[in-house]
Amino acid sequence: MTSSGEHTGVLVFAECSSGGNVTRLTREIMGLGGELADLLGEDLSAALIGSGLQEPGRELVALGAGRVYVADDPELSTYNPGLYVPVMRDLIGDARPGIVVFGHTPAGQDLAPRLAFEMGTALTTDCVKLDIDAQSRRLLATKPVYGGVGLGSYRSDKSPQMATVRPRVGREREPDPAAAGEQVMLSVDADATGAALRHVRTVGEEAEGVRLEDAPVVVSGGRGIGGPEGFEKLEAVAGLLGGAVGASRPPCDLGWMPSTGQVGITGKNVAPDLYVAVALSGSSQHLSGMTDSGKIVAVNNDPDATIFTVADYGVVGEWSEVVGGFTEALRGLLSERE
Amino acid sequence: MSQVGLDIVVCVKQVPDPEGPSSSFTVDEENVRVVTSGIPPVVSPFDENALEAALRLKKAGGGRITLLSAGTKISNPVMLKALATGADNLVLVQDGSLDYSGTDSRSTAALLAAAIGRMDAYDLVLTGRQAADTNAGQVGVGIAGFLGIPAITFAGKIDIAGDKVVVERVLPDGYEVVEGPLPLLVTVSHEVGDLRYPHIAEIKRAKEIPVARWTAEELGVDVKGEKVTELVGISAPRISRRCELVEGDTQREAGENLARALRRDGVL
Ligand SMILES: Cc1cc2nc3c(=O)[nH]c(=O)nc-3n(C[C@H](O)[C@H](O)[C@H](O)COP(=O)(O)OP(=O)(O)OC[C@H]3O[C@@H](n4cnc5c(N)ncnc54)[C@H](O)[C@@H]3O)c2cc1C
Ligand SMILES: Nc1ncnc2c1ncn2[C@@H]1O[C@H](COP(=O)(O)O)[C@@H](O)[C@H]1O
Repeated sequence: MTSSGEHTGVLVFAECSSGGNVTRLTREIMGLGGELADLLGEDLSAALIGSGLQEPGRELVALGAGRVYVADDPELSTYNPGLYVPVMRDLIGDARPGIVVFGHTPAGQDLAPRLAFEMGTALTTDCVKLDIDAQSRRLLATKPVYGGVGLGSYRSDKSPQMATVRPRVGREREPDPAAAGEQVMLSVDADATGAALRHVRTVGEEAEGVRLEDAPVVVSGGRGIGGPEGFEKLEAVAGLLGGAVGASRPPCDLGWMPSTGQVGITGKNVAPDLYVAVALSGSSQHLSGMTDSGKIVAVNNDPDATIFTVADYGVVGEWSEVVGGFTEALRGLLSERE
Repeated sequence: MSQVGLDIVVCVKQVPDPEGPSSSFTVDEENVRVVTSGIPPVVSPFDENALEAALRLKKAGGGRITLLSAGTKISNPVMLKALATGADNLVLVQDGSLDYSGTDSRSTAALLAAAIGRMDAYDLVLTGRQAADTNAGQVGVGIAGFLGIPAITFAGKIDIAGDKVVVERVLPDGYEVVEGPLPLLVTVSHEVGDLRYPHIAEIKRAKEIPVARWTAEELGVDVKGEKVTELVGISAPRISRRCELVEGDTQREAGENLARALRRDGVL
């Protein structure tokens, strides 16, 4: 690693799924980081921290990283800021990237601000767009503000410039297995005993069936569904369509749905081919998590509900009636096809 | 530090009610700001959750709760209502420059950390996971950085166990349990629970609480100088679509027709 005064290049903080491959969001931000690097005429690299990282290291090279900085240690297998912050800080100090891109994930959201504050640099979180300002050649980071009512664009004179990016913002690039790139092993001195915070355990609430984030169809219910029984009806529709059930925030707060099903600015960001919004009004906070969907269907008994303004198809009426008819017709149509 | 009598600081930001109708928010692209009309200010919702978490800890183990807010025009009724849920002290840092575009995450964190540093004691500092206007989720971690204390983000539950704080940190598919020492900063998510309503008698008590008013200058913070980001543009998201209303003789039939319309257009 050489360090010069200049900050150049784009560094992506890569994350792996439990299966040991880089996550979809990582592939997306590699694509996005590559676009920024191309615009600047600079290099793309990736930082990979964890345990057992040969395969994802190769994947990142195939995805366009000229260099992959790897910190591989059993102690690093779960995210712990006390261990990850020093690795990233030292890496950034040596490699001096101009831009560092993170996924807006539990790790990214926790790690990026810690680094930004330690290094006295600027971070924009939850970005829906990253661009290079043609004049200043600085990063323009755009994100929802006021719960999604507006999109604010931020710029900074400090380097490195950092951003966390939502899912479905970057475009994945086709991996090139023949791509040339080197893996640089970082020497790590990971000793969790010295860290202020102790990770005790992780408790998973694995949803059954299709994952909300990956589902081609999402059927979401809102407060108007009225209770957990209603969500069973939505499950049936989602099941027929090979999709997953989501919700606005009230059903999660009220315990009709697990909180892992929440869609929106503080829930999941989804962009399925088809999003069916049932008995939810379309608050800016909810819209912020689903308006990139392919087609949007709204069912609501209030013809003035905001959700209709972002929908391609709408039915005004009592949801249980409408969804009842929809489910029945769907069964017919789907059996016809077979 | 005994378990009895934790000094808890809760950072509460005043924001325009994010649950207000979207028609009351206007994006002023030219002047790079969001203008609100006809909606009252409120405590940012996740900060209310943070206050609720503090109230529960106080109930379980005793202690004092200090509310800390920085901003331009902080409303008396809003802070009074928050105090009346059971908080003990209020510190306000008010100044005409502390508005949305006059500050950023870093300068806000520097200011709040300086205020907390000036307090007699603090064991636990709570913030919301993100403010409803910035949607940033940075200031909490920043305060911890300036104070030199550890931070745990996105708490869905906070317990004190001896001299440790045990936090359930909310994840997209569950949670993780993380332990930290006191003094500690924790950012709070809505899973903690809604803020309780104040009793009438508490409002009377709250009115008598003396308010400490500090300025950035007194705190020795150059808010402008700490700023590292500039808001250079703002736009309204362009998300409106043309909606085809599907009808039928009955609502059931409308639902059936919806399925047919989606098939017709190749969506299904
Ligand atoms: C900081 C912050 C973050 C937030 N994050 C999120 C988030 O990530 N995701 C999210 O969703 N929300 C979020 N919210 C909450 C958000 O502001 C709204 O309160 C919420 O989205 C409203 O949910 P809803 O549309 O289900 O309920 P409501 O707004 O109450 O709408 C219910 C709708 O159902 C219709 N309806 C009622 N009964 C029937 C019936 N029988 N048949 C047909 N239609 C019916 C009504 O006409 C109405 O339009 C957040 C809020 C804040 C302040
Ligand atoms: N001006 C402020 N006054 C008091 N607390 C604040 C202020 N700004 C931010 N905070 C706290 O920091 C949290 C995160 O803010 P942000 O990083 O802007 O999303 C908020 O939920 C508040 O608890």
